Amino acid sequence: MTKVIRKSIVALAMVAISGSAYAAGELNLYNWGNYTNPELISKFEKEYDVKVTITDYDSNSGALAKVKAGGHGFDLVVPSANYVQIWINEGLLLETRPDQMSNFKNVAPEFANPDWDPERHYTVPWQWGSVGMIVDTSVYKGDINTSAIYLDPPDELKGKINVAPEMNDVISSAIMYVGGEPCTTDKAILRKVRDKLVAAKKHWLSMDYGVIEKFAGRDMAASLYWNGAAFRAREKNSDVRYGYPQEGFALWMDSVAVLKDARNVENAKLFQNFVMRPENAALISAFARYANGISGSDKYMPDDMKNAPEIIIDPKLAGAGKFLQACSPEATKMYTAIWTELQK
Amino acid sequence: MSEESQSLSRYELAARQQETKRNWLLCTPALVVLVLAASGPLLVMLFYSFLQGGDYGGVVYQFSLDGWLNVFMVRDIFDDVLQFADAHLSVFWRSIKLSAMTTITCLVIGFPTAYFIATRPRGSRNFWLFLITIPFWTNLLIRTFAILELIRNNGIINNLLLDLHLISEPIQILYTDTAIMIGMTYVYLPLMILPLYASMEKLDFQLVEAAYDLYATRIRVLRRVIIPLIKPGIVAGSILVFIPSLGAFVTPRVLGGGKNLMLGNLIQLQFDQGQNWPLGAALSITLLLIVMVTLLLYVRYAQNSGAKHG
Amino acid sequence: MASWTAKRKLFSIYKLPGFTFIAVSCFLMLYAPIVILVGYSFNSGSSLALWEGFSWRWYYSAWENETVQDATILSLVIALQAALYSTVLATMAALGTTRTRAFRGQTAIYTMINQPLMVPEIVTAVALLIVFATIKQATGYHGISYLVIAHTAFCIPFAYLPIRARLEDMDRSLETAAADLYATPWRSFRRVTLPLLWPGILAGAMLAFVISLDDVVITEFVKSAGQDTLPTFMLGQIRRVITPEMNAIATALLAVSVLMVSLIFLINRKKT
Repeated sequence: MTKVIRKSIVALAMVAISGSAYAAGELNLYNWGNYTNPELISKFEKEYDVKVTITDYDSNSGALAKVKAGGHGFDLVVPSANYVQIWINEGLLLETRPDQMSNFKNVAPEFANPDWDPERHYTVPWQWGSVGMIVDTSVYKGDINTSAIYLDPPDELKGKINVAPEMNDVISSAIMYVGGEPCTTDKAILRKVRDKLVAAKKHWLSMDYGVIEKFAGRDMAASLYWNGAAFRAREKNSDVRYGYPQEGFALWMDSVAVLKDARNVENAKLFQNFVMRPENAALISAFARYANGISGSDKYMPDDMKNAPEIIIDPKLAGAGKFLQACSPEATKMYTAIWTELQK
Repeated sequence: MSEESQSLSRYELAARQQETKRNWLLCTPALVVLVLAASGPLLVMLFYSFLQGGDYGGVVYQFSLDGWLNVFMVRDIFDDVLQFADAHLSVFWRSIKLSAMTTITCLVIGFPTAYFIATRPRGSRNFWLFLITIPFWTNLLIRTFAILELIRNNGIINNLLLDLHLISEPIQILYTDTAIMIGMTYVYLPLMILPLYASMEKLDFQLVEAAYDLYATRIRVLRRVIIPLIKPGIVAGSILVFIPSLGAFVTPRVLGGGKNLMLGNLIQLQFDQGQNWPLGAALSITLLLIVMVTLLLYVRYAQNSGAKHG
Repeated sequence: MASWTAKRKLFSIYKLPGFTFIAVSCFLMLYAPIVILVGYSFNSGSSLALWEGFSWRWYYSAWENETVQDATILSLVIALQAALYSTVLATMAALGTTRTRAFRGQTAIYTMINQPLMVPEIVTAVALLIVFATIKQATGYHGISYLVIAHTAFCIPFAYLPIRARLEDMDRSLETAAADLYATPWRSFRRVTLPLLWPGILAGAMLAFVISLDDVVITEFVKSAGQDTLPTFMLGQIRRVITPEMNAIATALLAVSVLMVSLIFLINRKKT
């Protein structure tokens, strides 16, 4: 009996370890969970004869902690824009000069020279999106392009509001609502932010992920959340609309970077170049349902995404969008204090 | 006579030393693994709680008591005045409160269930135990989501109550403290049932029968005979439920909707978006101390009542 | 007279008021979420809330999904090894700490063994990240041994408790009898103690296996490239969309485990 067990364990172990180690090269991608299109990966694997592994993370700081600790074995990581400077300053990224790669010409001009990675020496656009208000318009028929939905909620929405449990997104949205600039350390503004958030929390239902199901089941009627989820929620509940708060809404972008202690640097660079091709960028977008930063990818995008208001921002509303920066440690400490107080 | 007893005790001493050596040898492999992967890392945590936090998480190798200070006191962000960190304290209190309530609920539900199994015919008892453990062969995350499905506003329980016209509007169960308690009860129930069952199986029902022969009512028998005899099981089960639920993390996150932090979530926040590792380390050690106090009380009780350790 | 005794309901010393009702409700309550979970794995729609019809599609897509396959295999490999090692270590530790006179350091050992039960996982996880990261950098070894060691460690108390409980119940007269019959300690262990202890060992192993399969926090921090287990994979899904594919995987695993355990049960039954 024990012999049988032992033999099966060995067999299973061998299966697990061997995998398909017959490819010429290897590449280890460290990315957000459920964010990488398997088709994209197979295409890359076939084209370059490389075996790719994907490992998941579910938070910027978790990924940072893991890579900082060392010995991780990853080659590529996909940090959000407001963290890229942190990664660079901590010396964790390799300067691969994507701006000198052959496909760089495809990067949309508005994303080719961002503040957080000037001239794109380190990163390549993966996807970008916004943080706004998802509202079930069968419950509330007023203006949805405002943060008042969750900070000064109208009566119909009280008790049915969700707020994404993302400290940076919420605090920056609240700061812009009371008239400040994101990353401010102005105590007067922050005091207003704290008071507003704490007062508004009484009317919130939850601070959770997974809103798509809840909108489909009409468990909630409004949420501060990402645009891709709004798009998917509208597929299930046609009353859902996405609003762009005019007081200021956050824009985020995730980009692919190579790690300084990567073991497969050449393959990693090939991958960075690979995702700058329009048809590949479209594959990335089609999977997680967010826009990408590569021009010319529109012709390859799935039809339902081509004109969706959640993906293509109405130019009249786009002005209020701001890319979030990495805030100073001083600011972060204050924000964490506000956040903890909010959650008690 | 005394010479004999002396040589006897010398022999006994040698035998005892042999036994102690043998015991230690047997325990060593387990201890090695535990030191490497459990206790050792804890010491690292303790060390970290006395260091200064790095700017973006991590630590800087400089001594600082800030971590510990922040557990109890917080500098008011705006006035720079030191005051009680009542955010932390309310999280502590909520955790202890919810864990205690979960333990009591598990006891109320688990006691009759364990009793039921213990009074089945001998051959079928294993089968019943098997039935109890099957739900726990499913992944925790998915089970918690299934409970979420049950208690949502549009979920099965609310729909049932609405159909039976017992309520006119869905009851908001999800995202409340009650939801967390329901979830934790579900997760930790077998940890209560199994020790209770272990105690009940050894219960000598002749004593029960004797009590009935003396005209005791059923309630009396329960209170005066059964419960005192089962006490070790009750205490063991309570400990096994209370302690893990204090540090619970997944259930509060999924069912509490992130609005109601428990200790586990608060600690995780420090290592995640909060980027304050020394505080996270200090909070963890504090949790540990609460747990050790609970266990110490348990050991004290066990020694006093002469019950067997464990 | 006879009719009077016949009419009187038999007084059972075992029945307590309301207990059976609560017990049965408990069973129903335990299985309700499982029924939902299994039920929705057959949902033809992609929602976990709106039933749209019966379909096997999620089982097909889980079967095709390579990431899921890798994650499942890894989970099983780690769980099997962790269960095996932790049970062996726990058995030895149980033998060393039970049915013996109190010796120096016994309480310390006992505390150490049960310590994973008391420490919140996030703490162990971060601490392990730090310790293992240093080792990984020094040795360049990135295999799954780190995960196996970490899992073995926190499975030990779960294996230990049932084994110890069983051991305490055994009386030593059988082993003394074996010694009287000139059996060596090893022989006595193999032929007398072990068979008697077997149900406890089995219970401990099964508990350890399940605990390891479920672990998410520690695995998330200790894992290296390409080492996602099922729970960490699912954790990543929470932020995006959860489809009934997860339910299908969980149901499949459940079916396999139930089969496995039933087999073990039946085999043991035949022995006794």
